[in-house]
Amino acid sequence: MTPMTVLAAEGGHPLIPAAYDIVWSAVCFALIFLVFWKVLLPKFRVVLDERSSAIQGGIEKAEKVQAEADAALAEYQKQLADGRAEAARLRAEAQEEGAQIIASMKQQATEESERIITQAKAQIEAERQSAMVSLRSEVGGLATDLASRIVGESLDDDTRSANVVDRFIADLEAQTPVAAASTAKEF
Amino acid sequence: MSLLAAEGGGGFTAPGLEEFFPAVFLFEGTGFDVNRIILVRIIATLALLLLLWLALRKATVVPGRVQSVVELAFDFVRKDIAYGMLGRKDGDRFFPLIAAIFFGVFALNITGIVPFLNMSSNALIGMPLVLSLVVYVVMIAAGIQAKGGFRYLKDELFPAGVPKPMYILVTPIEIVSTFIARPVSLTLRLTFNMLVGHLLLVLCFAATQFFFFEAGGAVAGFGALTLVGGFAFTLFEILVAVLQAYVFALLTAAYIQLSVAQDH
Repeated sequence: MTPMTVLAAEGGHPLIPAAYDIVWSAVCFALIFLVFWKVLLPKFRVVLDERSSAIQGGIEKAEKVQAEADAALAEYQKQLADGRAEAARLRAEAQEEGAQIIASMKQQATEESERIITQAKAQIEAERQSAMVSLRSEVGGLATDLASRIVGESLDDDTRSANVVDRFIADLEAQTPVAAASTAKEF
Repeated sequence: MSLLAAEGGGGFTAPGLEEFFPAVFLFEGTGFDVNRIILVRIIATLALLLLLWLALRKATVVPGRVQSVVELAFDFVRKDIAYGMLGRKDGDRFFPLIAAIFFGVFALNITGIVPFLNMSSNALIGMPLVLSLVVYVVMIAAGIQAKGGFRYLKDELFPAGVPKPMYILVTPIEIVSTFIARPVSLTLRLTFNMLVGHLLLVLCFAATQFFFFEAGGAVAGFGALTLVGGFAFTLFEILVAVLQAYVFALLTAAYIQLSVAQDH
């Protein structure tokens, strides 16, 4: 006794479909296929398309915003770099200018001081010359003056003539002690 | 089975193939006979369509929880099976068929572990046979549409790159493998996966019933084992239900692809 023979006798064989089995299979699958084809999948596609376009739009928008932000950042950084370079340039210029100013000031000061020194030396020389000239003439005059005074006074009075000489010397010293000193040195 | 029956001491009758031919209770003899399994098949069909329709009825751009799950499944079938096998253009053309096969086969399989239904109507050969015939017709029609009848048959039966004398050997093999083995293997793989799965579950739970309530005494301990076994097979059957649906849909796409492929 095999199960198959028993079953075949009972009204079915697992490999041989009954007519109603085929009929109901066809009906069920036809129904499934039609509903999928005409109802379910179109709905699915519509939603999917809408979603993908929404996502696509969102992505594009995000990309656009990102690009704008990148551009703005680049612009800002460029401006910042430009500003820094400008500041550095100005600083360098200012330093150079300052150095130049200092150098020219020093130069001017040196020249000025040399000029003053030279002028002072020339003036001193001139004064010395004039002093010598006036001293020479004065000494001559003084000598003449002294001689005339001595002569004008009584030459026989020894005491008086000695007094005149003393007074003259004292006057002379009181008038120009320096000139007298330098004159004394030179003569 | 006879061994188990012997262990049962004659009181246990192992379930057999009569499981799959219950009494007809509606429209008997009209060709639209309805027995328990046919009723399960109709219920599964309507439940599948109703659930999917409810999930997608108010489909929105921002999906709810149920809609997300359904879309995930649809997207899997479309991207991984249809596009993966056929590319975008042909994948879109055949997506309705492939999706109907995937979800239909899954719905009809999963009733095998749904309480009170407890039977996959794919264990009756009619459904797998009808599906295979549909795939068979579509496969051939797609090939003829893509390249014309002569070119299609030539590509299928006289594969390029084979030395001419070898066709004596190759052509009969191609006839068998393409036009006979494909539909037969599609049909039998699904039928017997469901049939054997059901028998395993029935065996486990019938044995549990027997050990607990009829054998009694020390052997009742075996009942715990068969109960755990039944639970494990229930989980396994869920996996099989998904896997067989995937395999059927994938092979559908693969056969269509082989038919329409230009260089092969």
